[in-house]
Amino acid sequence: MLPTGNDFKQNFFQLFKLSARFQIDTALLEQSFLALQAQVHPDKFAHLPEAERRVSMQWATRVNEAYQTLRKPLDRARYLLALHGVETQEETNTAMPLDFLMQQLEWREAIEEALQAKDEGALDELQSRLRKDVHALQQQLAQTIDTGHDYLAAAGIVRKLKFFEKLAEQIASAYDELET
Amino acid sequence: MALLQISEPGLSAAPHQHRLAVGIDLGTTNSLVATVRNGISLVLNDEDGRALLPSVVRYTMDGAVQVGADAQAVQSEDPVNTIVSVKRFMGRGLADVGDVTNLPYRFVDAASTGSGQAPGMLQLRTIAGIKSPVEVSAEILNALRIRAEQSLAGELVGAVITVPAYFDDAQRQATKDAAKLAGLNVLRLLNEPTAAAIAYGLDNASEGLYAVYDLGGGTFDISILKLSKGVFEVLATNGDSALGGDDFDHRIYCWLLEKNHLSALGAHDTRLLLTRARAAKEELTDRTETRITAVLSKGEMIDAELTQQDFYAMSQNLVARTLQPMRRALRDAGLSVEEIKGVVMVGGSTRMPQVQRAVAEFFKQMPLTNLDPDKVVALGAAIQANVLAGNRSADEWLLLDVSPLSLGIETMGGLTEKIIPRNSTIPTARAQEFTTFKDGQTAMSVHVVQGERELVSDCRSLARFELRGIPPMVAGSARIRVTYQIDADGLLSVSAREQSSGVEAHIVVKPSYGLSDAEVARMLQDSNLHARDDMQARALREQQVEANQLLEAVNNALEQDGDVLLSQKEQGRIRVGMDALRTTLQGADHLAIKRAVSQLNDATVAFAQARMDKSVSHALTGHNISELDH
Repeated sequence: MLPTGNDFKQNFFQLFKLSARFQIDTALLEQSFLALQAQVHPDKFAHLPEAERRVSMQWATRVNEAYQTLRKPLDRARYLLALHGVETQEETNTAMPLDFLMQQLEWREAIEEALQAKDEGALDELQSRLRKDVHALQQQLAQTIDTGHDYLAAAGIVRKLKFFEKLAEQIASAYDELET
Repeated sequence: MALLQISEPGLSAAPHQHRLAVGIDLGTTNSLVATVRNGISLVLNDEDGRALLPSVVRYTMDGAVQVGADAQAVQSEDPVNTIVSVKRFMGRGLADVGDVTNLPYRFVDAASTGSGQAPGMLQLRTIAGIKSPVEVSAEILNALRIRAEQSLAGELVGAVITVPAYFDDAQRQATKDAAKLAGLNVLRLLNEPTAAAIAYGLDNASEGLYAVYDLGGGTFDISILKLSKGVFEVLATNGDSALGGDDFDHRIYCWLLEKNHLSALGAHDTRLLLTRARAAKEELTDRTETRITAVLSKGEMIDAELTQQDFYAMSQNLVARTLQPMRRALRDAGLSVEEIKGVVMVGGSTRMPQVQRAVAEFFKQMPLTNLDPDKVVALGAAIQANVLAGNRSADEWLLLDVSPLSLGIETMGGLTEKIIPRNSTIPTARAQEFTTFKDGQTAMSVHVVQGERELVSDCRSLARFELRGIPPMVAGSARIRVTYQIDADGLLSVSAREQSSGVEAHIVVKPSYGLSDAEVARMLQDSNLHARDDMQARALREQQVEANQLLEAVNNALEQDGDVLLSQKEQGRIRVGMDALRTTLQGADHLAIKRAVSQLNDATVAFAQARMDKSVSHALTGHNISELDH
């Protein structure tokens, strides 16, 4: 039998030799990512036979997927919770606290107003406020996952963050519209 | 890496032999070929010492094809059969090109000639018959291949062909088809700004965040890269694949028409005035005014003064159109203007002072113009070709590029569901599950689209295929997993699989705007590109080279890792495959060699996987201790 010390059964944290936590050293993650791509990237195998090129593409694809997942906090949290057997149910579980939904409505209106008024300064302000809110939620997430190990509660925070991600997209497209 | 080579009679192969590989910049206006010789990247000139090959192809009555300066010289005399800027038509339908009344060609909409279903790539009716843009581009690539093989005195192992970063799947596929048609082995399609960054970054030992602003004859790209020792990482790219120097010529041309109260010129006059317009544009790079004169076919005299100021004014919105992609690229990279350390200017059109000024204003710094904007892309492509051919140890070299446009699928109501977002590092794959809409539904149509817009009708349709044989179930209970894979060339393949029954469909996306394999094969047969070449002999030679490379690589791998990773029995199995291949190599049956190559490849997949596992587990040794203590 072939040795399969480092095969596809490893999860993304194991792949990068990181402990499975929400709070990770992103510089180390990047370093590991580059070190792995330096081994598996298709450019290293372009002059080699098809079997090696095929294996290289599969590996490079996987390393990219792993890196993208762990790099982005929301994806990382989702992935970590899945490892613990908890689904975040972002599509199905929409029962959010009423005050949270009200707040979301206000956000949306504020973005829409800034867009109508063609007020780039207002958008800048909303953007930086959003970043602060997101950061606070991420801190909460780190606490809940890494210290509290309360994965169900963490799934609730992920669902909230998903709303904020949509707001960020809305702001980005508002900028886009202002520029055209 | 020491290479052990097994040479065949007639095929010279010495240890450490330099494999001939080139980088080709297939430009809208000009094309170039470059290679790395003695560690230095250089552009290969033609017999007359010219580096730039005008991307102009002329078809003549006697079946001959002129490429380059000779064709360019007669473009006004024979405008219908002299194709310039063919790159703008690659992977495009007639509707994409927009206003064709000012172009002197006889277009054929493939939809009207083909099977009539999908709108195909436009074609051009010439004196030598109907030509696809792919065939026209192949003539340019073929001329460069011949130039390189003569100059390097040998056959090429392969080529890196550059494409605009913002080229979509159809345009990339068309470029790759053209290279195949020209008899080139494509090592990689490389994005033009990335190629430029390689050449610039290596030359200047640059580290940090850089923007590459690439305005060519027909395309505009902006890429944001992070450069660090040996690593070129593209963070984001954006652009406009239908904006370039040609549009500036066109503004001057329209101004001439208006000023002289002209309308609907013939092909000859159109080409003549476009040529004059281009000359005027170039003059205005370092002069404040220029004079445009021409005599039209009916004897009308054109004599006009154009000032730099007026030219700036009439082209202002073209320059402005490059600003929004710049903002988007920065936003996607999560960066502000202040974080960009340098802006590299690429493409002949960046010589225009108004372009340089706009870029300087946007980035709040003077752009870097210390390299030849015409050559830098080819030079960078040559460096990458040298790495890919295996001449340079790739240990200290990593190039990470991204896909420029989001890839999605059509869902209910004509909406796009994105599967792979733009600026994903490639190669990449994403899967998404869909379900059936009706009870007992047994087939599902998958419509693959590319673009950023919500409505399918606003995106580019790449392909449609059907997954059939889904077992009849209640609506919403089938689970159909659709997987998109983008390879290192930025090309897409899609597969769909019903999870409970295992029914599967897979296609390499040959876009609706592309050519089928059969069409490419037909063009290969028809083309006079290989008239002197015996197709059979060529196929045999190609298979022999591939077989020898495979034997060499497997032998090498066995020496390195055979005893460590494989049992005697497993080694024996591989050696049997090698012997079988060696035996077929004695003969001249290229199909038999091909089969033996493929069998040996299959027999070594598990070994290749084990070798990769080994190098992956070695890659991060020394990394683990500190982090696990956390």
